[in-house]
Amino acid sequence: MLELRGVNASYGNIQALKNVSLTIPPGSMVTIIGANGAGKTTLLKSISGLIQSKTGSITYEGTEISSLPPVKIVSLGISQVPEGRQLFSHLTVIDNLHLGAYLYYSNRTKAEIQKRLEWIYQIFPLLKIRTRQLAGTLSGGEQQMVAIARALMSRPKLLLLDEPSMGLAPMLVAEILRVIKKLNDQGTTILLVEQNARAALQIARYGYVLETGSVAIEGPTADLLSDEKVRHAYLGKQ
Amino acid sequence: MDLQGQIIQYLATGLTLGSIYAMVGLGFTIIYNATGIINLAQGEFVMFGGLIMVFFTTTLGLPLFLSFFITLALTTGIGMLYERLFIHHPSKTAPLMTLLIITVAVSIFFRGIAMFIWGKEPYSLPHFSSPEPIIIGGAAILPQVFWILGLSLLAVILMNIFFNRTITGKAMSACAVNRVAASLVGIDVSKMVLLSFALSATLGALAGASITPIALMEYDRGPMLALKGFCAAVLGGLGFGTGAVVAGFLLGLIESFTTGFISSAFKEATALIILILVLFIKPSGIFGSAEVGKIKKI
Ligand SMILES: Nc1ncnc2c1ncn2[C@@H]1O[C@H](COP(=O)(O)OP(=O)(O)OP(=O)(O)O)[C@@H](O)[C@H]1O
Ligand SMILES: [Mg+2]
Repeated sequence: MLELRGVNASYGNIQALKNVSLTIPPGSMVTIIGANGAGKTTLLKSISGLIQSKTGSITYEGTEISSLPPVKIVSLGISQVPEGRQLFSHLTVIDNLHLGAYLYYSNRTKAEIQKRLEWIYQIFPLLKIRTRQLAGTLSGGEQQMVAIARALMSRPKLLLLDEPSMGLAPMLVAEILRVIKKLNDQGTTILLVEQNARAALQIARYGYVLETGSVAIEGPTADLLSDEKVRHAYLGKQ
Repeated sequence: MDLQGQIIQYLATGLTLGSIYAMVGLGFTIIYNATGIINLAQGEFVMFGGLIMVFFTTTLGLPLFLSFFITLALTTGIGMLYERLFIHHPSKTAPLMTLLIITVAVSIFFRGIAMFIWGKEPYSLPHFSSPEPIIIGGAAILPQVFWILGLSLLAVILMNIFFNRTITGKAMSACAVNRVAASLVGIDVSKMVLLSFALSATLGALAGASITPIALMEYDRGPMLALKGFCAAVLGGLGFGTGAVVAGFLLGLIESFTTGFISSAFKEATALIILILVLFIKPSGIFGSAEVGKIKKI
């Protein structure tokens, strides 16, 4: 579904991604783990078009998307949940969700958007009672739910998640991960970036370990979980 | 004129001035919210509104209302051209300060063009309806005053509906609050910036075209209007449209009453004195709360 070949990205003189190649088969859940500053966010931003200065090839369902702007990429069905939620804090929860559907929002699609909302409320029942609250006043966990819900409103086929568990209490982390798993089971392809390596490797099928901008190790998550180096560097000695 | 008549007279003048300041202030707010830029060429939109209207009504002899709409459309076009030519490319890399200086340059450029076309003398326009004053409570009020008030009120209401009720309006405010998130949901940020310049220019043109029949218009009226509008925008808590509108009306009223009861020598100074006082006491503006900086709302 998505294929990166030899992708390089840089901020001025700093090269943040070096010759990164990865493959995300349709329907799969792939995870990327790595230390702070390894380039995980840069990788997602390169896919979603937020970083324009990059080389290499990114193909999505057979078409080259590496030179497309974010607006085009969303419309193709790739949606990113950015690091740190990035909600429209001055707007209500429902406005945030409507803006998630911005690309197909019109009077004609009202029914469709409503159906989509009902589906979202089934996934996050809590959001239904918060629709009129300003997004900026929600708790961290609720904000993360809105961030994911907003990304889902655009009807993505591929969902990019950047550290959805960041700053959440363990119980909420489990809840969010359960939702991600469920979305994947229902057919959404997922690329999950996580600091919480153990949890990520447990729910994903295939994983990549990013170190200073390049792929250090890759493989089925079962192998990574038992890999000496991965255990030592990312899972804590046990 | 007795005291009551005087008060009503000053009230009418104050509201008239106020509605102009309110619209210029709202124009500032719209561009500021979408881009973070203080557009110092805001007053030139008003000037163009007046002078282009003069061209179509007086020079070409077109009917008043036809030229009114042509004027709005043309000035809006000028605002869009301005954004595409001078803001669009620099804004990708240049810091805000550079963009601010570009707006100063553009305002001088616009004044130059206007002087080249219309010269330095002030122009007048026919009133939208009868130029005969209506006597209300001992004061003589020109019907044009009601046109100005009505049109600006209409504009303010339409802007409010746009920003609070339509998806495009919300998308525009979303761009202001979080550009990255806005582009991630598929909002074309560059289009929204263009739209903000278009709306600001329309508001300016509306103010200019409606005030020229009673206040005349000349090529260099812009800076003073921009200054007053800027005061209104800042007093209203920069970035808060309704605040700018209310502050604009307050400024107009205060200016009119100080001119009437104290001395016309203070006319131009009042707005600045109030601005300095308010910023001294409450730097976030009269209506700005501590959160307005973070949670912007139009
Ligand atoms: N806007 C920027 N300008 C310059 N350098 C940047 C910028 N954003 C990131 N970098 C650098 O690029 C490298 C990769 O950053 P990135 O944000 O992709 O890391 P990350 O893996 O997401 O880290 P974290 O786990 O902390 O989120 C880092 O060295 C960072 O300092
Ligand atoms: Mg990151």
